[in-house]
Amino acid sequence: MLEDRKSPGISQTARSATAHIENPGVLASMLGIIRRDLLLAFRRRQDLANPLVFFVIVITLFPLGVSPEKSFLASAAAGVIWVAALLATLLSLDSLFRADYEDGALEQLLLIPQPLFLLVLGKVLAYWLVTGVPLILLSPLLAIMLHLDVQLLPVLLLSLLLGTPVLSLIGAIGAALTVGLRFGGVLLSLLILPLYIPVLIFGTGTVQAAANGMPVQGSMAMMGALLLFALVTTPFAAAAGLRISIAN
Amino acid sequence: MASDSILLTAEELFCERDDRVLFENLNFSVKAGEILRVEGPNGAGKTTLLKIVCGLMPLRDGELFWKQQRLADVEQDFHRNLLFLGHKTGIKGDLTPLENLKHWSNARLYCTDRELMDALAKVGLEGYEYSACHSLSAGQQRRAALARLHLAGVPLWILDEAFTAIDKQGVAELEQWISAHALEGGAVILTTHHVFQSEAPVKRIVLGQ
Repeated sequence: MLEDRKSPGISQTARSATAHIENPGVLASMLGIIRRDLLLAFRRRQDLANPLVFFVIVITLFPLGVSPEKSFLASAAAGVIWVAALLATLLSLDSLFRADYEDGALEQLLLIPQPLFLLVLGKVLAYWLVTGVPLILLSPLLAIMLHLDVQLLPVLLLSLLLGTPVLSLIGAIGAALTVGLRFGGVLLSLLILPLYIPVLIFGTGTVQAAANGMPVQGSMAMMGALLLFALVTTPFAAAAGLRISIAN
Repeated sequence: MASDSILLTAEELFCERDDRVLFENLNFSVKAGEILRVEGPNGAGKTTLLKIVCGLMPLRDGELFWKQQRLADVEQDFHRNLLFLGHKTGIKGDLTPLENLKHWSNARLYCTDRELMDALAKVGLEGYEYSACHSLSAGQQRRAALARLHLAGVPLWILDEAFTAIDKQGVAELEQWISAHALEGGAVILTTHHVFQSEAPVKRIVLGQ
């Protein structure tokens, strides 16, 4: 039944109807999803600016609203940056699966013959690259603006580098569960915020420890452990959440 | 080609939504070379049935078999052999038809750019490959989704209202592709409110009676 590939019309269909199908591996599928999401994000880059602008605004307004005193700002800087990063993530979280749900791409995603949790992991990775990484890149500038000790910058950056992927991964569970709801935004925040608190505590705690001259390896290791734990567990939960949302 | 080989079997399917029984004791099978048309008025559960068969909605009661094996046990193999096109096609307005097709196929099959362009030409999108989909008409967007039929080497097509927004000539062509697919040993399950003509045998099931 295998006909010449170039023959037109019906014989082309014959090839498709009966030929043995070779699928790309799971890594190729994941990479394909990451590339598609990055391309889509690039085409809609003005949407990405929204959480970033929010992040910058919160941090610049803080000294105006509370106190512009140098010693106070230096001690509050890490906490302010972490809280703003957390809220900025929360702000963009709903968009993670929303567009795909509305145009049917999510149904097609579920039908890809690969383990769904790995495909979801690919989507979350792309999401982190376009929402988490810009936050990390902006934070040194904002930290210096808040008079954070320059020697603490590497610690802050490392804590954000380990922490923001955890925020994206945990958030994916909430986004997957609420994507089928018409007004899921508030529910999403309520579901996810309690799970964000440990990340926030360890993230700011690491920088505080460094500021007090204490060793940071312990809390960094804890952040790393949180990231690994989130990496291996949350994709399963998010995939299950997506199945539930699609089924309703 | 063994035309009597049964691809998909459904036994005693039951479904209810919002306390309304959509169908019960529903039995059917689809052999290679067959077209199964699901009929019924609006709200009869046609889309629900197709989604249950695809595995997008859970099976409440009854059993589905893919090539005589329980579908739940061979789900990945089933999805490898399935092309589903729903009401919502997953076409991204921000991408061009070529990018849409490419990214759809990336996760599923190996295709060259030549094959992608050929598929788009077959659905009448030649010259539109590089225009953003949001600037195309509804019918053209649907055609961009239908181009998948010309790529995927899959035996089972499940098409939910595939004729929506397509012009007369497009409908005739799509009918011809569906018939050709069945005649070459594929199988098609479809819903449509449109008068469907085919050279291949068409089985019907009617819901909502």
